[in-house]
Amino acid sequence: MISPILFWFVAIITVLPALSLLFARKAVHVAMAVILVMVGLAISYVALGAPFLGVVQIVVYTGAVMMLFLFVLMLVGVDYRESLKETIAGQKWIAFALSIGVGALLISAVSRVKFGVASTMTEGGPAEVAPLLYGDYVLVVETLGFLLITAAVGALVLTHVPRLFPRRTQSEMQAERIAAGANPVNKTFPGVYARHNALDAPALDPTGEPIEESVSRVLKIRHQMSDGAEFKDENRSRRRELGAKEGDA
Amino acid sequence: MSPINFVYLASVLFAIGAAAVLLRRNAIIAFMGVELMLNAANLTLVSFSRMQGSLHGQVMAFFVMVVAAAEVVVGLAIIIAVFRSRQTISLDEPIELKG
Repeated sequence: MISPILFWFVAIITVLPALSLLFARKAVHVAMAVILVMVGLAISYVALGAPFLGVVQIVVYTGAVMMLFLFVLMLVGVDYRESLKETIAGQKWIAFALSIGVGALLISAVSRVKFGVASTMTEGGPAEVAPLLYGDYVLVVETLGFLLITAAVGALVLTHVPRLFPRRTQSEMQAERIAAGANPVNKTFPGVYARHNALDAPALDPTGEPIEESVSRVLKIRHQMSDGAEFKDENRSRRRELGAKEGDA
Repeated sequence: MSPINFVYLASVLFAIGAAAVLLRRNAIIAFMGVELMLNAANLTLVSFSRMQGSLHGQVMAFFVMVVAAAEVVVGLAIIIAVFRSRQTISLDEPIELKG
């Protein structure tokens, strides 16, 4: 027999997250909650003598299906919010009434029938399930193989986008940039050579002035750039040490 | 505790999934509702398999899982195709489909 603690644990970690399907605003939160539901169902499968199915549930649902949902959520944009405008007047209340009705109908129908419970519990491991799968149900397994291949091809066909324009090669893009007046030479690398090397310090030109564009744009936006003045002065004093006259290039 | 309680639990989950399909306008969330309904059906299959003491229910649940996986792949591909052409996955938008 199944311990009541386990049953109520499973009931709580399936029904409460499942309610987020109705009330959560963000689709990502719903997806995470549904993952928890799947794990709860896997626990109940193991408790019901189907450990193989429990593992398959974890692998297929939490591992593959829900991750696929998350991928698609990222493709369509995580911040997508649904509109609150109702196209059908009172749709919310009709939907609530219908679903509560379905639930009540199912529960009352089940409660009216008396079920016996087999005293022997199936082991439900792969060794027990496999002979059944590849014996009695081998045709179904093969048909499901066809179905999976068809589904994979179908997904490829549905998400395939035909190319509208010929692909632009790298040399074409380069020729375009040069024609538009881009500098054909590399930008100066950051860092003050021979004295100092850091990505946040601008390179110095031959006159000792810092070159602004040698520092990465990202560092500039984050204000993590050093302005190079310290190196400029240091450079001057260094040259003075070496005996060069002030103002020499 | 009898395995029949899991059938009641499955009924509740099925009702929640049905409500999600009817209520939500985000296609992906409605689709997750469908998944929840399929899983509720799986739970009844497994608990009846436990009550019968046979493995046939478990094998059926396994087949349902395979079909659900195929269904998810195609369904999500359709959602992506719709998103590409309409820039939305709201289920209210295809209302324009009517003649």
